[in-house]
Amino acid sequence: MTHTLGRPDFDVIAGWVKPGHRVLDLGCGDGTLLKHLIETRGVHGVGVEIDDANILAAIRNGINIVQGNLEKGLDEFADQAFDHVVLSRTLQTVRHTEGILQEMLRVGREAVVSFPNFAYWKNLRSVLDGRMPVSEDLPYEWYDSPNVRFFTLLDFEALCDKMGLIIRERHVLDEQGNRVDSSESRDVNFLGSLAVYRLSRNR
Amino acid sequence: MPGQSVGAVQSQRAHFDEPLHLRSGGVLPAYDLVYETYGTLNAAKSNAILVCHALSGHHHVAGHYADQPENVGWWDNIVGPGRPLDTDRFFIVGLNNLGGCHGSTGPSSINPATGKPWGASFPIVAVNDWVHAQARLADRLGIDSWAAVVGGSLGGMQALRWSITFPERVRNAVVIAAAPKLSAQNIAFNDVARQAILTDPDFHGGDYYEHNTRPVRGLRLARMLGHITYLSDDQMGEKFGRELRNSAFSFGFDVEFEVESYLRYQGDKFAGYFDANTYLLMTKALDYFDPSREDNGNLTATLARTRANFLIASFTTDWRFTPARSKEIVSALLANHRNVSYAEIDLNFGHDSFLMEDAHYHGVVDAYLRNIKL
Repeated sequence: MTHTLGRPDFDVIAGWVKPGHRVLDLGCGDGTLLKHLIETRGVHGVGVEIDDANILAAIRNGINIVQGNLEKGLDEFADQAFDHVVLSRTLQTVRHTEGILQEMLRVGREAVVSFPNFAYWKNLRSVLDGRMPVSEDLPYEWYDSPNVRFFTLLDFEALCDKMGLIIRERHVLDEQGNRVDSSESRDVNFLGSLAVYRLSRNR
Repeated sequence: MPGQSVGAVQSQRAHFDEPLHLRSGGVLPAYDLVYETYGTLNAAKSNAILVCHALSGHHHVAGHYADQPENVGWWDNIVGPGRPLDTDRFFIVGLNNLGGCHGSTGPSSINPATGKPWGASFPIVAVNDWVHAQARLADRLGIDSWAAVVGGSLGGMQALRWSITFPERVRNAVVIAAAPKLSAQNIAFNDVARQAILTDPDFHGGDYYEHNTRPVRGLRLARMLGHITYLSDDQMGEKFGRELRNSAFSFGFDVEFEVESYLRYQGDKFAGYFDANTYLLMTKALDYFDPSREDNGNLTATLARTRANFLIASFTTDWRFTPARSKEIVSALLANHRNVSYAEIDLNFGHDSFLMEDAHYHGVVDAYLRNIKL
């Protein structure tokens, strides 16, 4: 199966976004996802990045990008300014996990979060074999990883429950980017390498 | 340095007979603006960029004069073929603002009504007055809308003001190291600078020209103070530390520390050519700048009138106009769903960073301007 720009979660996210929506992409890198959403879905997009090289690349890509540190919140954005706030493969690198999730649902109607699932069976096997996992979705050695939070799909759902966040949709992918075809959470937790969630909260 | 200099350039002068009614209530019955242009205006007249200058700047933005090869423009490092303000692609216009002392009508110009220098009678000019004067120059040059208005510091405030006053005439605004209005601390620094000039016995109430003198001491102090606020603490520490000009303390009040020597040199140099009345006017224009005043302080409401796309940039070590001040502008633009990008550039030169050549900083401006469709 081929995926947009080699990122299966991008296809899932694009499927949830409607034409004309306002999308904020946190940790947007060079703006690849936003550019894709602008070109294919006609969204109005804004990205947030901390890294200088990505700021330059995103401006080159013609993306609206704001340099900032997610750990410090999203003060420059007003309440409910976006339809979707995306955090793709970044939540595990943020220390203030609850803070960023709160902020996402303050500035956006819906949060879209994707992250690598540490309970994926290959990751578990790697740990049982005595080594930290390195995989398609966890491509770093333990000593150079930007990841600071290690959690599983079930851990994340427990946090959402504790925070009163509503999981509107869950889309779990294996290492090849194919959807894990099960509704049983324990199975999905074991078989899924990358999880993508749509979240909202009661107002 | 990538790209090239624009080479030898010439200044031009435009005379305007239509009176300009100023925000202060004053009127300039007629005035001159000196300006320079680099590059070629295309047939559609869609490739013009206006560069607005800061407190002590002028129309000589780039290149040099054929008979003064050492007189290089104040922002030469960013303008030229292959540089971010690429003269192979854009037609760049720089001018000296009203009230200036580099050729445009200002306090040291002769007032035709009296045959004497304007001096103290020159009206207070505001940023918006400059923008209106610049618009008349644009009319004269046949430019309906700017591809971009670009400026740093007080120049960035003019770019922002353009986007509010003439939304249909600015397609992009590049606002660097600016703020939506001055803080109390900013105004306080300006007032100390003004007091230095106003209390100089050679000031003569602003009419020092008639006394064949200039308030050099006051202007020198004003510049020394200003200069401290343009640099960062770290940069001063690195550049001067506590280095002494001679190896031991002399226990006196002459120049001892290198930083004193540097500041006095900067002050003397500036006081040698700049006009004190212009300095007073420029600092007042800064103090009065606050476009949101029209909307009871609601910057978001003010920026709702803009139509341009924006690049906002700030510098991490700028404590005169901090990144937080630029972010106020970004936030208000985002609230209006404007296209805006914001870069917070890590450069060690304080407020003066906007004049420096840095690969990332210039790369950001270059990337943004290259995406402008002509």
